Amino acid sequence: MGISVEGARKRFGDFQALDDVSIEVPDGSLTALLGPSGSGKSTLLRAIAGLEDLDSGQVTINGEDATRKPAQKRGVGFVFQHYAAFKHMTVYDNVAFGLKIRKWKKAETSKRVHELLQLVQLDGLAGRFPSQLSGGQRQRMALARALAVQPQVLLLDEPFGALDAKVRKDLRTWLRRLHDEMHVTTIFVTHDQEEAMDVAEQLVVMNEGRVEQSGSADELYEHPANEFVMSFVGEVNRLGEHFVRPHDMEVVLEADERTEEALVQRIVALGFEIRVELVLGDGTEVWAQLTRSELQRLELREGQIAYLRPVQAKSFNGSSPSRTPGASTPQGPTDEGDAEVTAAV
Amino acid sequence: MSARPASRWGLRALGLGYLTMLLLIPLVMIFYKTFEDGIGPPIDAITSPDGLHALKLTLLMVVISVPLNTIFGIGCALLLVRRKSKANPLIDAIINLPFAVSPVVIGLSLYLLYGTGGWFSFLAENGIEILFSVPGMVLASIFVSLPFVVRETVPVLQEIGTDQEQAASTLGANGWQTFWKITLPSIRWGVAYGVVLTTARVLGEFGAVTIVSGSISGQTQTLPLFVEKQYANFNSTGAYGASLVLALLALITLFAMNLLKRKEDA
Repeated sequence: MGISVEGARKRFGDFQALDDVSIEVPDGSLTALLGPSGSGKSTLLRAIAGLEDLDSGQVTINGEDATRKPAQKRGVGFVFQHYAAFKHMTVYDNVAFGLKIRKWKKAETSKRVHELLQLVQLDGLAGRFPSQLSGGQRQRMALARALAVQPQVLLLDEPFGALDAKVRKDLRTWLRRLHDEMHVTTIFVTHDQEEAMDVAEQLVVMNEGRVEQSGSADELYEHPANEFVMSFVGEVNRLGEHFVRPHDMEVVLEADERTEEALVQRIVALGFEIRVELVLGDGTEVWAQLTRSELQRLELREGQIAYLRPVQAKSFNGSSPSRTPGASTPQGPTDEGDAEVTAAV
Repeated sequence: MSARPASRWGLRALGLGYLTMLLLIPLVMIFYKTFEDGIGPPIDAITSPDGLHALKLTLLMVVISVPLNTIFGIGCALLLVRRKSKANPLIDAIINLPFAVSPVVIGLSLYLLYGTGGWFSFLAENGIEILFSVPGMVLASIFVSLPFVVRETVPVLQEIGTDQEQAASTLGANGWQTFWKITLPSIRWGVAYGVVLTTARVLGEFGAVTIVSGSISGQTQTLPLFVEKQYANFNSTGAYGASLVLALLALITLFAMNLLKRKEDA
């Protein structure tokens, strides 16, 4: 049960959006598709919804082969990044749309719509038009509209991407709670790893049309399968063949056989957390994350020499380093055909 | 933008002056000339059998051509915007032809096609009259007014994008339901504007219709042809009166749309 995708491939012109992608989404779970722009995550979601045809591969929804089914018969609720509100209809008519298509009786439609508006805290705004709502309200209306038809699965394409930071945070907490109440199998797409870790039980990290790794937030953070995943789900320093998280960089004042000499370039205080930027002898720039009290104990000053001791380092032999997301390596062809390219900026 | 008041007023005066000279004064002159000898003569001219027939024929042209061009225009715009194909630029260019080609040339080409010796002359030989009768005039009217609905609808379709249509399909709507409930209401003002322009064009069409109709009084004479005939026969009051009716019909169309739109916005 749940959703499964097997060997999905999709090409737009000469851009391979999906390259043999397989995922399993357990029934009733909340899964995040996480990846940079052009990684294929939106294409995969749209393929599950039936809004995009796959070149090859299979989509199964609740045990039923949905690959050739049109979108209107898949029983999915879809929420778009830019709301896709029906601008010429009131909030009430937007939410009632799917029910009217299904020829529900007026009284039942009205009851259901008001229940949903209450659920998304828009009761009292039923008569408004989408243009009279804020971004957050529009997105909650879109969610109510998708939920009205009691979909088997709920798919959200960067649902909070167009909202400001505060509203985004509120909505994601709220989505989490809503999912706990409704238990509808949910997949949501995001390029924000913090959002994915906050909301989802399972994360699927995608890059260049492939799945790099899937698992819980802890698994991905503690046991990343490769350099890409390690650097995408958190901050990372590269020391030769080794990768170290900034909070696993110990800064000491005495050298020993496990330390490396470094010059303290800059000390940035970010509240409780202190970011210390250092340069190694070979010119490599790294940073260490310290607490305020650690900094005070060390009495570090910009321009002084200190010693770095990586507490926990990882190396990925055999994984290609060109797949690191970073300023130095281009992300490959990202612009063509992928809907999320413009959306994710 | 903060232009100095002097230059701003200067620009406004220039714009208004230009419009006054080119549009307003000639229209006012028509009004003035029509009623110069009182209200009787223009009314007589319009209510003469030929005048009334011309009015009816013109309205008939509108009633047939406008719906056909509207349906075709919406379909064609959907094709151009929603179905990407290599043939689209070609279709786009062909649709613009009536804008580019003089109406007289359009009339002449229809004449060549349906007249004696033309490809479709067998129609007339079998008793189906196209030239010098209503069907030919409808063809000419459709031809000259074909691009308006397409041109006005295409940009609106592009602007609304496909998100709303896709949302409707995930909610269970089929293609037909999506078109009636989502697409058409979203593009209605573009379509309405196209319809108004089409109507105005059909009302006023002269060149193409002159050639295919033969301008026979009381038979194949539309209002613009009637105006021309009256004018040529030195019945200028009749010509002015008929012109005024034409202008009023066009104005009514425009105001009707504005009224609908205002009602919607309120």
